[in-house]
Amino acid sequence: MTMRLFVPRDAGAVAVGADEVVTALELAAEQRGLVIEIVRTGSRGLYWLEPMVEVATAAGRVAFGPVSAADATSLLDAMAADGPHPLRLGIADDIPWLKRQTRLTFARCGVIDPRSVEDYRAHGGYRGLERALTLSPDEILADVTTSGLRGRGGAGFPTGIKWKTVAQASADRKYIVCNADEGDSGTFADRMIMEGDPFVLIEGMTIAGLTVGATKGYIYTRSEYPHAVEAMNAAIAAAKRAGYLGALIGGSAHSFDLEVRVGAGAYVCGEETSLLESLEGRRGIVRAKPPLPAHKGLFGRPTVINNVLSFAAIPFILDNGAKAYADFGMGRSRGTMPIQLAGNVKHGGLFETAFGITLGELVDEIGGGSFTGRPVRAVQVGGPLGAYFPRALFDTPFDYEAFAARDGLIGHGGIVVFDDSVDMRKQARFAMEFCAIESCGKCTPCRIGSTRGVETIEKIIRGERVAENLALVEDLCNTMKFGSLCALGGFTPYPVLSALRHFRDDFGPAPARLEAAE
Amino acid sequence: MTSAYEPWNEARGAEIIAEHAKLEGATLVILHALQEAFGYVPEPAIPMVASALNLSRAEVHGVFTFYHDFRKAPAGRHVLKLCRAEACQAAGGDALAARAEAKLGVALGNTTADERVTLEPIYCLGLCATAPSAMLDGRMVGRLDEARLDALVKEAQR
Repeated sequence: MTMRLFVPRDAGAVAVGADEVVTALELAAEQRGLVIEIVRTGSRGLYWLEPMVEVATAAGRVAFGPVSAADATSLLDAMAADGPHPLRLGIADDIPWLKRQTRLTFARCGVIDPRSVEDYRAHGGYRGLERALTLSPDEILADVTTSGLRGRGGAGFPTGIKWKTVAQASADRKYIVCNADEGDSGTFADRMIMEGDPFVLIEGMTIAGLTVGATKGYIYTRSEYPHAVEAMNAAIAAAKRAGYLGALIGGSAHSFDLEVRVGAGAYVCGEETSLLESLEGRRGIVRAKPPLPAHKGLFGRPTVINNVLSFAAIPFILDNGAKAYADFGMGRSRGTMPIQLAGNVKHGGLFETAFGITLGELVDEIGGGSFTGRPVRAVQVGGPLGAYFPRALFDTPFDYEAFAARDGLIGHGGIVVFDDSVDMRKQARFAMEFCAIESCGKCTPCRIGSTRGVETIEKIIRGERVAENLALVEDLCNTMKFGSLCALGGFTPYPVLSALRHFRDDFGPAPARLEAAE
Repeated sequence: MTSAYEPWNEARGAEIIAEHAKLEGATLVILHALQEAFGYVPEPAIPMVASALNLSRAEVHGVFTFYHDFRKAPAGRHVLKLCRAEACQAAGGDALAARAEAKLGVALGNTTADERVTLEPIYCLGLCATAPSAMLDGRMVGRLDEARLDALVKEAQR
């Protein structure tokens, strides 16, 4: 009997040896005369257990991990005998870390073959589109709006309102653009979806297209994501062959086509107007708003531009109804958020859960603390433009407004964990340096301010007129925050000021002014 | 490894440009394709792209210089990129970057004198849960430690 094995082809698994494991398993099977079939899936997101190998059994898929090539022979023996193995994790779906999650967007990621439309359909795929094809654009808009879905890229703008604006605009053509320029350190959810369940993104974008009346979509992703580019292109080709992209999708009167475009190493192109410039073939210089992309976006046409996770949430909403999605969450943050635990963390990976879970639960319980075993001292939430939170704020619930109330942001849902060896002066300096490297140069506060910020923080590190320079950094941050054109210059103050405020001891003796401001 | 790239050739360049020139917003697509073929974007290609897309040379030069990815000269035989973003910093990336610089005798952003290895910083490969990470000639490597880094450096020097 053929044994059916599953090994991720996700870049995160490949980076820790998944391909070598596949080669070793094939060789070992041949030597033992075993017939095996290896399905390359995405990752389930339990990265400390990658490469995680699963085998289909009568009781469900049994997981093993982290597997190395040297384990291949013993692993096959254990699988064939359904016997014990030191790396055996039990039924994959019952692993507590997975079981505790609410996987709406990531339900199929790591489970299905990301190259197979049939597998996608067998796991509930394209049911959302099929229902959408029976609805009017207004009915779809009502569902998206009622679901409470907000832009998962970081800004949290209500998706339904954005779509409605584009639907109401009249133009000779409209565009759907997916912002897959996931440049924030500590985030990889977009990459996982593109590599592990690309059809859910295609389906979400297709639904957006028929809602607003667009027939062409672009997925703009990063050159740092070669695996995702390959997976998306393969999935688009497969969807075309199956009649889910191109003319008359799913046998309907609608047409929709998709194309992947690759950036060229510019972080600022994750900003939506800069991304549109780049898609048009220009320098990724930020545009002033208004006009909004919904009115004048790609090539001056009305454009829906959403993050990967926003589009990927759509099929569930259309399939299960707006209420099923909105029932999760807290306050104005409805549904689930795929949270990414990264950096110096014991159990790093993708944890999709309803809004409302606290930062402390995420870092200490789910993340298991630091990988090095030292006390966790700081976490940066929301990427390079997100604030550093100390343990004292670990009671903050994961929610757009709760984070904003504490001068932070959830951004794209990345949490980078640092242990007590972190020097917050260095992190503050890096935030400014990164802004200086990546600034598009259009506005002065960002272009010049970031460089002056690096210089001033360096003076503080050298112990030069510390109190005066700290006040100067604070002042500079205010200029950048209120004077920058986009979030790059505007949000760089978040990591800098939070480092100053919450980790004051790292910066030398406290000046009177900062203390008074507390 | 012998170079996987073709030497610059005007006719081949023109062919690559023509292949993509009809796309909407083709500039980046063409620059990527040129670099994939030649290993860098040869200067003579810039006016050719401009003329194919009905743009000024300055516009194409502006795009070419804006993006970190595009090279104006060939890289070393191997390109080792180390992630220098926060998640990798949190996992010990600073010390590993310093170690790689010391082993290769060049600072990040430079090529060794024998032109074997170009060492570059990269800001996030999306492998943040298996940090620190690196990429050697397009191959991803996670959970770097001193031993794994040393092996990578050695492989790059071959």
